Amino acid sequence: MSPKQRAYYQDVPMVPYDLIKEGLIALLVVLVLVCGLAALLSSPDEPPLTAQQVATSDPVTFLQTALGELNGTDSISTYGPPYNNGSGSVQSLGPISFQRLAGVRIPINTASDDVLGPLRMVAPLVPSVGSALQSFERAGPTQQTTWETAYGDALNKARVRGQSVLLPPGAYGPVAPMLTGLLNLGRAGLLEPAIDHSGRIYSTDNTRGLLFLQASALPVLAHQYHLVGTQWGMMNETGNYPGAAWLWLYTFWYQVPAFASSPNADVLVIATMGILTLLLLLLPWIPGLNQLPRLLGVYRLIWRAYYREQAAASPVSSGSAVDPPAGLQA
Amino acid sequence: MNLTTKLRRRLERDLTLEDLLPDELPAYVHGYVYLFGIATIASLVLLIFSGVWLAAAGPTWWHVSTLGHYINSIHFWCVQAFFFFMVLHLWTSFFQGAWRDGRGATWVVGVLCFLVGIGTAFTGYISQQNFDAQWIAVQGKDAMNAIGVGAFFNVLNFGQMYGFHIVILPVLVSALVGLHLLLVRIHGVVRPYPVGVPREDQP
Repeated sequence: MSPKQRAYYQDVPMVPYDLIKEGLIALLVVLVLVCGLAALLSSPDEPPLTAQQVATSDPVTFLQTALGELNGTDSISTYGPPYNNGSGSVQSLGPISFQRLAGVRIPINTASDDVLGPLRMVAPLVPSVGSALQSFERAGPTQQTTWETAYGDALNKARVRGQSVLLPPGAYGPVAPMLTGLLNLGRAGLLEPAIDHSGRIYSTDNTRGLLFLQASALPVLAHQYHLVGTQWGMMNETGNYPGAAWLWLYTFWYQVPAFASSPNADVLVIATMGILTLLLLLLPWIPGLNQLPRLLGVYRLIWRAYYREQAAASPVSSGSAVDPPAGLQA
Repeated sequence: MNLTTKLRRRLERDLTLEDLLPDELPAYVHGYVYLFGIATIASLVLLIFSGVWLAAAGPTWWHVSTLGHYINSIHFWCVQAFFFFMVLHLWTSFFQGAWRDGRGATWVVGVLCFLVGIGTAFTGYISQQNFDAQWIAVQGKDAMNAIGVGAFFNVLNFGQMYGFHIVILPVLVSALVGLHLLLVRIHGVVRPYPVGVPREDQP
């Protein structure tokens, strides 16, 4: 035993202990526990939502999302850093915006990345889409906006019959065949690969595809699963599973109206959690807080057997029996 | 100054083999509260084994294989056990004032284990390739973007998150847990608060 530990334990009775045996028993008990829970309760695995599902089951939502991406009115087109220079989702802490300071690092142009780019891939295979795309790109911005506005108005009156989306007659120009082409691409299950392709043979970055889904059916489904922010969001999980209970305090702040209603909710919650985390880390050196355990007195319960044994061994007073040697106290 | 000699002398002085693998401990190391730490480590060991199995088979295997789903379920419940025991260990260490008598660093490293553990679990949820993964990623991105790290720790990038989950963060958690254990063995187990025996407990 090191001199330091010998001095620390000098008047403390020692008892035999087998750490290795204790570790092996703990391993066995936890192994039985998790294997049993896994066999009895399994684990959640809800299939992912795909653009194919949205395009097939709710083509109008799909087309509205695609139109928003094309005319730049969706939430990502106006999001701000790191995707673009918009200001729709920029948060700041007082006068400082860390989001702005970090800048645009994942440049996203929703019209080009999510609509025009995939359609350019389709164009050689489907000539009608190719010619519509050509007409659209040759037209001026005013003309494009006129077509998009007319198409958007028509979508609000659209009816779905079988696989077709029926629109009232109107001057949509090439926007209608273009977005129908994108819908067909989605129905074929090829939209995400077209959006997320990296130019290399393998792609593991789903940023653009996920952002497209976020703008359509993903939040609707999440609400059904009780996963949105106001429903304790990230703490929950699909199905009746415990989820990430350790995030309860982080999630809690999003239920407080002062945080939830703020346009800077995320940065405020993270700043609050940052302060609380620092307090936890530095607890040993914070006067007052580091005396809490002594004041709360739960330790009397934890060490009750030891205190009792000390009292039996030294009926007059046991206080000195558990005092650390001088010089070793904090 | 020879750093090797210095380190060896320090270890010889502060960490004998008897400290590292003691066969006797103070009598107050008694009761279930002292088992939460070892139960956390047992959960971590099983987490690593089940995680290595899942990683070796590839990220899509467990979605299409019955055995794979069972191994994933073990991994899932290991995460729950890991945090359950770790939080109990954290609370009981708090109530014991376990940072006393020069154990501040042990406390700090323990809290870091908890924080990095949360990051590891978070990247695991995102790497599942199912609906939970999609939703947690799109929700989490706003918080990451708001503090300016969204492009460097892009929760929508499966490849990056998977790398964090199966290599970077588990190695960090394991190193921190190892350091925590080493500090516990170097300093020994904190003594009970020096108080008189409560009246009701007196014989």
